[in-house]
Amino acid sequence: MSDLRDLYQEVILEHSKAPRNYRELPAANHKAEGFNPLCGDRFTVYVTMDGDAIKDISFQGSGCAISKASASMMTQIVKGKSTAEAEKLFDSFHKLVTGHASANGEAELGKLAVFSGVSEYPARVKCATLAWHTLHAALEGKQETTTE
Amino acid sequence: MSIGAKSVSGTGFDVERARADFPILQQKVHGKPLVYLDNAATTQKPRAVIDAISRYYEGTNSNVHRGVHYLSELATAEYESVREAARRFLNAADHKEIIFVRGTTEAINLVAQSYGRAHVGAGDEILITEMEHHSNIVPWQILCRERGAALRVAPINDAGELDLEKFSTLLGPKTKLVAVTHVSNALGTINPIRKIVEMAHGAGAPVLVDGAQAAPHLKVDVQGLGCDFYALSGHKIYGPTGIGVLYGKTALLEKMPPYQGGGDMIMSVTFEKTVYNRLPYKFEAGTPDIAGVIGLGAALNYLTYLGIEQIGAHEHEVVRYATSAVSAIPGVRLIGTAKEKAGVVSFTLGDVHPHDIGTILDREGVAIRTGHHCSQPVMQHFGVEATARASFALYNTKEEVDALVRAIEKVRKVFA
Repeated sequence: MSDLRDLYQEVILEHSKAPRNYRELPAANHKAEGFNPLCGDRFTVYVTMDGDAIKDISFQGSGCAISKASASMMTQIVKGKSTAEAEKLFDSFHKLVTGHASANGEAELGKLAVFSGVSEYPARVKCATLAWHTLHAALEGKQETTTE
Repeated sequence: MSIGAKSVSGTGFDVERARADFPILQQKVHGKPLVYLDNAATTQKPRAVIDAISRYYEGTNSNVHRGVHYLSELATAEYESVREAARRFLNAADHKEIIFVRGTTEAINLVAQSYGRAHVGAGDEILITEMEHHSNIVPWQILCRERGAALRVAPINDAGELDLEKFSTLLGPKTKLVAVTHVSNALGTINPIRKIVEMAHGAGAPVLVDGAQAAPHLKVDVQGLGCDFYALSGHKIYGPTGIGVLYGKTALLEKMPPYQGGGDMIMSVTFEKTVYNRLPYKFEAGTPDIAGVIGLGAALNYLTYLGIEQIGAHEHEVVRYATSAVSAIPGVRLIGTAKEKAGVVSFTLGDVHPHDIGTILDREGVAIRTGHHCSQPVMQHFGVEATARASFALYNTKEEVDALVRAIEKVRKVFA
């Protein structure tokens, strides 16, 4: 079962069971809904921007363990970051889960390195990146996005 | 949970012998023997089908209905012999009533666009059920939007059975067509088609039956059922992808305008006027999927050789075994518990998302489908986003059900 544990790491399982920042954000000035039409996963990401900084961020919705844990850990890492920093993290994260990670990228992702196992499961890349696509849409001022 | 697991089932069906006919089943996945339980999505192909397609391309390849040369005559004869085989398989009255299409989806679209456009107008109604596959919903929505007609939906109960009483109240003089699935792909429910047809005909509405999930498991007799159209996909009955059959009653087909224009569907063409070909060619524009039809013919032969009733009885026993073994696992909720079922065990497991179940099962060599199964209204009825679905075919065994159960236990361990 060691290979399964590469995907379902303890940290991921723990976040999927008790997601952080899992709530609506009434003061949000950016919001987007992300949808994966293949599996029905659906998340709303709320962002409160203060100038160019992500002052607060939260999410709600339903999805598999990978997508939920990814959303949870994403909200933790981007809080306080600038838009450009968040987009750079998305880029590094995308490279990580598709097996193209660089040493620099992995270093800035910190705890999110637990998602490296996803690269062995191509069908699950969309699960891991759904929240990030949704955040990207929210920051760009779009109301919704899909992984298709 | 391996009680009573043996390869020759109580029905006398020799499953091990049948398994040897399917080359793909011999392989391992992630180092484990492949346990293929995604048959409602598509079935595997027996050697006879694979060989028939190769033989066609190696020895017979030619266009049909055109040439006077040797190969064209051979190809045409073989192609048309499959039409007769399909007629026998469905017990249609006439081979003219068998139209080759890409699959069930195209068959339904053909009826919606051809019959629908000719007979459905503003204020009319199309009646479907809550358990339909998207392919038996969306073509009718498109038609209704175009014609200003309304789509009516007969509800299901919490076992996943059609509510016949509500169905009957939705039938009326405005109902121009009833479209209903024979077996639900997400729930496995077998609908009482004969009764539905009786009720619909009583209201003057013809009935289209989506037979994609029924044809692999049940003996289909379109004259016995009395339905007006019956659609099925070749790839779900061990044939190739890209080929399917639409059955339609001659009287209705004769009155329907063509679905697509092109070669083969015409008698004569001038720039002023085109005379359409006779049935069934009126509905087969362009060079058809000849290899697909020949592969389908081999699949029909194979099913006839094994016996659809024998296959059905064997599958019934495996599905019954799976239903009791899977439902005994703590946290499992069965979705679809109709009295009459075929081929499908759909379930959820506690809070675990079906996609996570699917990934873990895959690592154990067990292939299932997870998601909404192109039946989002069914998911909404049961208040779930998705389910895990094990679906069975003639080559599945009780030992494979045991492997499924062990794999689900592994999911419970990972998510403990």
